Amino acid sequence: MSDLRTPLARARGLGSARDGLHHWWAQRLTAIALIPLVVWFAISLVMLSGADYDIARAWIGSPLVMVLLILTISIGLHHGQLGIQVVIEDYVHGDGWKLALIVAVRFIAVIFGLAAIVAILRIGLGG
Amino acid sequence: MSVANRPVHRPLSPHLQVYRPQLTSVLSILHRATGIALSVGALYLATWVIYAAASPKAYALFQGFNTSIAGRIVLGGWLFCAFYHLCNGIRHLFWDAGYGFELKDAYRSGWIVVAVSLIATAVSWIVGLRLV
Repeated sequence: MSDLRTPLARARGLGSARDGLHHWWAQRLTAIALIPLVVWFAISLVMLSGADYDIARAWIGSPLVMVLLILTISIGLHHGQLGIQVVIEDYVHGDGWKLALIVAVRFIAVIFGLAAIVAILRIGLGG
Repeated sequence: MSVANRPVHRPLSPHLQVYRPQLTSVLSILHRATGIALSVGALYLATWVIYAAASPKAYALFQGFNTSIAGRIVLGGWLFCAFYHLCNGIRHLFWDAGYGFELKDAYRSGWIVVAVSLIATAVSWIVGLRLV
C-alpha cells in the first residue's frame, strides 16, 4: 500500500488526531492491566456486598488489598476517562462544548481517584 | 416559492434504525453502554472507600442503600456490565492484534462473550446471594 502522507507528517507520526498513538495505546495498556484486577475486584465485591463498617475497613486496610484497590480504582478511572473522551468526541460536535466536557471528565476522574487513594491510605495506615 | 428555494428531499444515509439488529452491532453498542455505566460505577466505588474512611455513620448511610433492593439491583447490574465489558474487551484486544476478523469468527467470538458473561453474572449472583 502506498503511503499518502507527506514526509513531514510521517516524521511527526501524529496522524489526523494530532495525538499519535498515545490515546490508543493508553487505552489498551489500562485494559490489559484491568483484566486480572476486575476479576479480583468482582469476586471481592460479591463477598463483601453486605459487609459492615469494621469488616469493610479491615479488608480495605490490609496491605495487599490496599495495593490492589489503589491500582483498580486509579487504572479503572483512567481507562473510563479515556473511553468517555471517545464518546464525547463522537457525539458532541461543538468545539467549545467538546473541550469543556473532556476537561471536566478528566478533572472528575482525578479528583475522585485522589480522594479514594487518600481514603484507602487513611484506613490502612491509620490517622 | 421559487424553484431554487424549495426544500430538496435528498436521500439521507441510512442510519441504525433501518437495519435489522445483528449480533455484531448489538454487542458493539452494548460495549459502549456498559463502558459508560462502569465509568459511573468507578466513581461510586471511589465514594464507597471515601465513606468507609469518613465515619461509621457515613458508612452506614452508604451501606443502607447498598443492601436495599435498589442497591442489590445496582450491584447485580454492575457485575453484568463488568463481566460483559471484560469479555468483549478481550475480544477487542484480539482484534487489535489482528485476529478474528472473518465474519464467522466475529460471530463465534460474539456468542462466546455472551455465554461467558451471562454465566459469570449468574454465578456471581448465586454465590453472592448465598454468602450475604
